[in-house]
Amino acid sequence: MYKYDEYDQRTVDERVTQFADQTARYLAGELSDDEYRPLRRQNGLYIQRHAPMLRIAIPYGNLCPAQLRMLGHIARTYDRGYGHFSTRQNVQFNWPNLEDVPEILGLLATVQMHAIQTSGNCIRNVTADPFAGVAADEHIDPRPWCEIVRQWSTSHPEFSFLPRKFKIAINGAAQDRAIIRVHDIGLDLVRGTDGDTGFRVLVGGGLGRTPIIGEEISPFVPWQQILNYCEAILRVYNLHGRRDNLHKARIKILVKSLGVAEFARQVDAEFVHTRDGLSTLTQAEIDRVADRFNDPVLPELPAEDAGYAAQLAANKAFANWVKRNVRAHKAPGYVSVVLSLKKIGAAPGDISADQFDAVADLADQYAFGEVRSTHEQNLVLASVRQADLFALWETARSLGLATPNIGLLTDMIVCPGADFCALANARSIPIAHAIQDRFDDLDYLHDIGEIELNISGCMNACAHHHVGHIGVLGVDKSGEEWYQVMLGGDQGNQAVLGKVIGPSFAAADLPDVISTLINTYLDCRHEEERFIDTVHRVGIESFKTRVYVERDARLEGRKRPDAPNH
Amino acid sequence: MPQIIKNGRIQGDEWKVLRGVGNDAAATMAVPAGRVIVPLAVWQAQRPQLASSAEAGMLGVWLTGDTDLAALADDLMALPLIAVDFPRFTDGRGYSIATQLRTRYGYAGELRAIGDVLCDQFSFMIRCGFSTLQPCEERYNRVQIDAALTRPGDFSGPFPRNRRGTR
Repeated sequence: MYKYDEYDQRTVDERVTQFADQTARYLAGELSDDEYRPLRRQNGLYIQRHAPMLRIAIPYGNLCPAQLRMLGHIARTYDRGYGHFSTRQNVQFNWPNLEDVPEILGLLATVQMHAIQTSGNCIRNVTADPFAGVAADEHIDPRPWCEIVRQWSTSHPEFSFLPRKFKIAINGAAQDRAIIRVHDIGLDLVRGTDGDTGFRVLVGGGLGRTPIIGEEISPFVPWQQILNYCEAILRVYNLHGRRDNLHKARIKILVKSLGVAEFARQVDAEFVHTRDGLSTLTQAEIDRVADRFNDPVLPELPAEDAGYAAQLAANKAFANWVKRNVRAHKAPGYVSVVLSLKKIGAAPGDISADQFDAVADLADQYAFGEVRSTHEQNLVLASVRQADLFALWETARSLGLATPNIGLLTDMIVCPGADFCALANARSIPIAHAIQDRFDDLDYLHDIGEIELNISGCMNACAHHHVGHIGVLGVDKSGEEWYQVMLGGDQGNQAVLGKVIGPSFAAADLPDVISTLINTYLDCRHEEERFIDTVHRVGIESFKTRVYVERDARLEGRKRPDAPNH
Repeated sequence: MPQIIKNGRIQGDEWKVLRGVGNDAAATMAVPAGRVIVPLAVWQAQRPQLASSAEAGMLGVWLTGDTDLAALADDLMALPLIAVDFPRFTDGRGYSIATQLRTRYGYAGELRAIGDVLCDQFSFMIRCGFSTLQPCEERYNRVQIDAALTRPGDFSGPFPRNRRGTR
C-alpha cells in the first residue's frame, strides 16, 4: 500500500498539532461551539449520543498490519474494546473522551493514519474497489489515482467550506464495486481511442434524503486534466450550490435544478480556464505516487494447487466458506479472501481490539500485509495463496471471522442507528439481530443465495438502503420506531434505487416481513436466478401484496387470544 | 485604528469599509473622504463621481459571494483594492471568488477578506490569494492574532508536489 513521503507525514503531524491547539482553545472558551464545530468535524470528530464519535480515515480502504494493531490499541485504551467499520470504508470509535482525541490522532500519525476530512462540508475520504490492484476484472488500478485525489483534496484551500459534504469514488474494474453512481463525483477509469488513460466522469449521485443516480457529464477526461476538471465541477458547486437549506445543499440538487446539460455547460465554461492549470498532472507525478505503493512481489504459482483442490473436496464447511468468501485474483494460484464482520449476534461491521490484532497477524502470515475495508463493512485479505487457504480458514474460524455468509442475507449493511448515532430516528442493530436470529440456518441461507439487505436508522442512508435489494429505513412516528421497506435497489454497473413497498412496519414485524419477501422469491424464482433478478422480472407488486396480506393475517391472529401465535 | 493582517504582518489600517446598502440607496449613499471600500452597487451607481478617487488609489470595492465576476472583471481590474465579504465563516464562496480573481483574471492589487474572518481560516484565505485579512473588530486581541500567525497552517500546500509553493 501507499507509503507516506516526508510531505505526507508532515501534513499529518502538523494537522495533529493544529487540532490539539484548536481543541485547547475551545476548551479554554476562546472558540465558540459554532466556530469549533467545522474544525473538529474536519478532523473526524462528532458529538454523539454517548460521547464524541471519532471517524478515522482509511483512504480507499487500504490498511496494513501496523495500522490494524494501532486501531486495536486505541480500541483497548480509549474506547470500550471495539471499533466499527463504516459504509465508507472508514473506522469509527464511539466512546473516546474529547480531551483524548488529540492524543489518539498523534498515535495514528505514527502509523500514517489520520481523521482528516472524514466529516464536515469538504471533500471526504475517497473510496474505491476493495479488490483494487488484485481483481481479475480490473483494467486500470484505481489506487494511485485515489491517492492523488487524497493528496489534492487534503486541506484544499478553495474547497474546505463547501455548501455540504462531497464524496468522490473511483472504479477501474469491469464491475463497479465502489458504487460510483451514487457519489457526488464518480470517476470511471477508461481507455481512450489511443489506449491512453482517462476518466468517464459522473456527477450528482447520492442517497440520503433525496436519492439520485449520478449522470455522466464527460465521457473522457484525459488523466493529465482530471484534477483541473474536478476543480471546475467543485467551483461551480461552491459558487452556486444552495447554502440556505441544509437538506438541499448537495451537488445533486444543483445538478437536478439546472439539468445535467446546463450543469455540464457551466463546468465546461469553467474548465476552459482551469485546463492546464496548477493541478495539471504529469507522468513524473503519477510515477512518484505509484512507486510508493510498494506492492508485494507475488512468487509465481501454478494456477491450481493440488492440495487446495483436495481440501475443497474433503471438507464441506471449508468449501462453503470458499464459495462465499473467496474471490478471483489476477495472479494465477492466488485468491482474495473476505473476512466476515457479520457473525450472528455481532453488530455488523463491529470488530474487537483482539480481532484487530488477529487480522494484522493473518495479514502478516498469509496476505503479504495487505488488508482492505469494504463498504459492505467487511475486511479483505487482498492476496492469499490457494495453498494457504485452509490454514487461514481454520484460524479465521477460531477468531469468529470466517462466517461463510458474504453476499448472503446475513451479510447485511447496517448503520450504527439510534443506539449510537444522534441523527438516527430508529435503532438498526436490534433489527439486524432479529433478522440474523430468524435466518440462522446456513443451509437455508445458501439456498436463498445472493441478496443484499441494507438497514439505515434514518434517511441519511448511511447503510445505503436505497441500493439494497431489500432496503430498510427507520422512521420516527410520534416517538415510536417504525421501518419502511424498499425493494429492487441494486449497486454496481446497473445501480438502481429501490421502491418503497408501502406503509411502514413495527420492529417486531420485520423478521416476518423479510420471511415473506424470501418465501415469495423462493416460490417464483427460476433456476439459478438471484433474488434481485426475480424481483426485477416479476415486479414488486406480487411481493408487496403478499407482505401486507400476511402481515394483516398476523395482526388478526394476535387479536384473537385463542389463536395460535405464529 | 482597526488591525489587519497584511502580507503576514499585523498593521493598522486606514481603509474604511462602507457597509450595507440596498441597491436603491446605492446612487445616493454618501461616500466619505479618505480611503474607502464601497459596496459593488455603490461603485456601479456612482462611478463617474468615484472614478478619480479609484485612480488615485483611494477607493476599493467589496464583493459578495454571488457576484458574477465574468460580467464585471474588466471593470474591477484597475481598482487598487478588492475586498470579498464572508457573511459567515462557513460560507466558502469567497474562496472561489478570490481564486478566480487571481488565477483567471490576473488581478494583482490588494485582495482583502472582510466579514466573518476567523484565524483558523487564515491559511486557506492566503492560499486562495488574499493578501490582506481583516477580522471583525474586537474579535481578537493582539496576543491571539500573534499566536495565529505563528501557528502552522500552510503545511499541505498546493498539489501536485512539483507545484508546491507556487501559491
